[in-house]
Amino acid sequence: MPVLRSALLLLLTFALLPTSAQAARVGDVLETSVLDQAIRFFTFRDPSVRYALIGAVLIGVSTGLLGSFIVVRRMAMAGDALSHAVLPGVALGFLWNMSKDPVAIFVGATLAGLLGTAFVSWITSTTRIKEDAALGMVLAGFFSVGLCLMSMIQGLPTGNKSGINSFIFGQAAAIGPADLKLMGIVTVGALLGVTLFYRQLLVSSFDPGFARASGLPVRWVHHGLMLFLAFAVVIALQAVGVVLVSALLIIPAATAYLLTDRMHRMLAIAVAAGVIAGMVGSFVSFLAPALPTGPFIVLASAGLFTAAFLFSPRQGLLLRWWHQRSRNARVACENSLKAIYHVAESHGFKGEGALLRELAERRRSTLEEELARIRSLVATGWATLSDDGAVVYPTPAGWQRASEIVRNHRLWELYLTNAAQISPDHVHEDAEKIEHVLGEEIVRELERRLQFATVDPHGRSIPALGDIRGTAPSRAESTPGFRRSGP
Amino acid sequence: MSNTVPLPTPHTPRPAPTDDIPLEVHDLTVAYQKKPVLWGIDLVVPAGKLIGIIGPNGAGKSTLIKAILGQVPASAGWVKVFGEPLKKNLRRIGYVPQRESVDWDFPVNVLDVVLMGRYGRLGLFQRPRREDVDKARSCLDQVKMLPFANRQISNLSGGQQQRVFLARALAQEADLYFMDEPFAGVDAATESAIIALLQELKSRGKTLMVVHHDLSTAKEYFDMLLLLNMRVVSFGPTEQVFNNELLQKTYGGRLTILTDVAEAVKQQS
Repeated sequence: MPVLRSALLLLLTFALLPTSAQAARVGDVLETSVLDQAIRFFTFRDPSVRYALIGAVLIGVSTGLLGSFIVVRRMAMAGDALSHAVLPGVALGFLWNMSKDPVAIFVGATLAGLLGTAFVSWITSTTRIKEDAALGMVLAGFFSVGLCLMSMIQGLPTGNKSGINSFIFGQAAAIGPADLKLMGIVTVGALLGVTLFYRQLLVSSFDPGFARASGLPVRWVHHGLMLFLAFAVVIALQAVGVVLVSALLIIPAATAYLLTDRMHRMLAIAVAAGVIAGMVGSFVSFLAPALPTGPFIVLASAGLFTAAFLFSPRQGLLLRWWHQRSRNARVACENSLKAIYHVAESHGFKGEGALLRELAERRRSTLEEELARIRSLVATGWATLSDDGAVVYPTPAGWQRASEIVRNHRLWELYLTNAAQISPDHVHEDAEKIEHVLGEEIVRELERRLQFATVDPHGRSIPALGDIRGTAPSRAESTPGFRRSGP
Repeated sequence: MSNTVPLPTPHTPRPAPTDDIPLEVHDLTVAYQKKPVLWGIDLVVPAGKLIGIIGPNGAGKSTLIKAILGQVPASAGWVKVFGEPLKKNLRRIGYVPQRESVDWDFPVNVLDVVLMGRYGRLGLFQRPRREDVDKARSCLDQVKMLPFANRQISNLSGGQQQRVFLARALAQEADLYFMDEPFAGVDAATESAIIALLQELKSRGKTLMVVHHDLSTAKEYFDMLLLLNMRVVSFGPTEQVFNNELLQKTYGGRLTILTDVAEAVKQQS
């Protein structure tokens, strides 16, 4: 089976290689290696590259800013509906003077998007239909109208070569200077708006009721946000396409949301993620002009999201897994220490260390299993192992921890039986977990509440804090000082 | 005022002019989707009182606050705050919404939220100043949440979240406070801390209207009670209002015909 898989992979690689070579030819580029291409691309040698790249940066900034607010306001679906609703406007803008005039398309698309949004609020406010259903209907309805108009344009004599189709899946290479001008205006506007009205946006997104009660213009903030959202969607159309532009609103913002707890940082990270995704996507578009750009931009941002999802310091899966693992490892070591304590206790704390054989018997494991456990305990510095591997000696720190664990366990059992009135044969399992998490403060509190009791519900003595601190048992000591200390 | 009344000595406060009445509500009526939920609410709220708003579920307690604050449209009636329309005196109003009304995963920390209490006082483009931050921190200190100032708000217990909301309202430095269930889902320690804080605000002459759910504590917490069930059943000093007869009227089964009429109104439209 692995052979088959690698064969498949190899085939896939070969299938992809000629594609890029082909693309290079199509793009009328002399350099053939990807590296040369990259140099050519990122040094902005030819104007169309420059346009595509600057466009990608502007789109990344505006969608990152607006997308962040969309995500925290739980309006992601509204963004999606709006971005699909612009399509008929694109087509009508084209039909206005039968050319890809950026301004006509901008105006048409923005109006169509806002009309779609207005439809949604009209439906939800006058009928019992909820927002999600209204969004779904408007999204599909407007998009269908747009598709019909687009296929009509395709049938026109000029329509065929117009490149109007690039609005569906995006074509960064088609960005021209007039497009850039619009993008620049919108992006600067969005930056200014977010900077100047940051407080109003923040409070009306977090708590609109409170914002209204403190006299902030919540409604105007919402309308302004929706207007700029429509602008941001429309300027991104040329590069990303109608179908996927909402992904560029949501994914970089969602990535940023995983990485930070503060809104202003979220905005910065979302902008950065959007810019990176846009640049990667338009680079791919440069390598292969025959392919649509939108999917690559969205894939690049999805890649960034996946990285954040796995590696985020706060919410990353990997880190969580690692913490869980190290916690489990620590619990295992503490259980080994506890077993050593129990063995020592069964001998009345006489003698040095514990026999590995006895530990294995006590924990019903084989000698090999026990040896593996003790070796990881030795690695933490809590114990040493005799040369022949037969005897374990806890270090002073290890012995102290062992006593603490046993003390936690017995105190908790006692607390459960005394204070919570749980019968003594029910408390062991619970204490097995709790013993590892009790902090010093809680233990002191427990001791106080239990009036410094010295015997657990099973009649075994509870090691006291002073004793643990005072006498780290050395090998030489035959009777470690476990006197009972009074209150 | 007749001539027999002795002239005020320098130590007695001057008789209150009308703009010292914190809140006056006249014939306030609210309908949701044409179904009336509040009918002809009349209130004249005196200053410096701690007032509990109590009533069964669906009585319109939260709606009353929202209607007074202009958050839900009223179909009739008017509201005056300190003798003027609401909009003119927004700065003198503090508001604690229900804790569940916001998303506690929102990317802000505790200090950010409390600073929001200052926003109403800032100009359109003005950023919070040094003294706003200091004020926010001192308000956090009053609710004993200063050590949590930089904590993300999702890492707070319910009681701590409520304290943050209270600190935000304190930062508003208002004279009239509306609080929507500040005791809902908080621990006993927070509850007693909150009630102590409310008492303190009252002693400084503030007026507080608090939606409250727990009848067993209503009597000891509040100076005045507003018994609400779609209309004002009774409004007055606690010792006069908190009696079985009025509570029965407020909570008892189908005590009002209003529900039926509201239903009929809805059917008609």
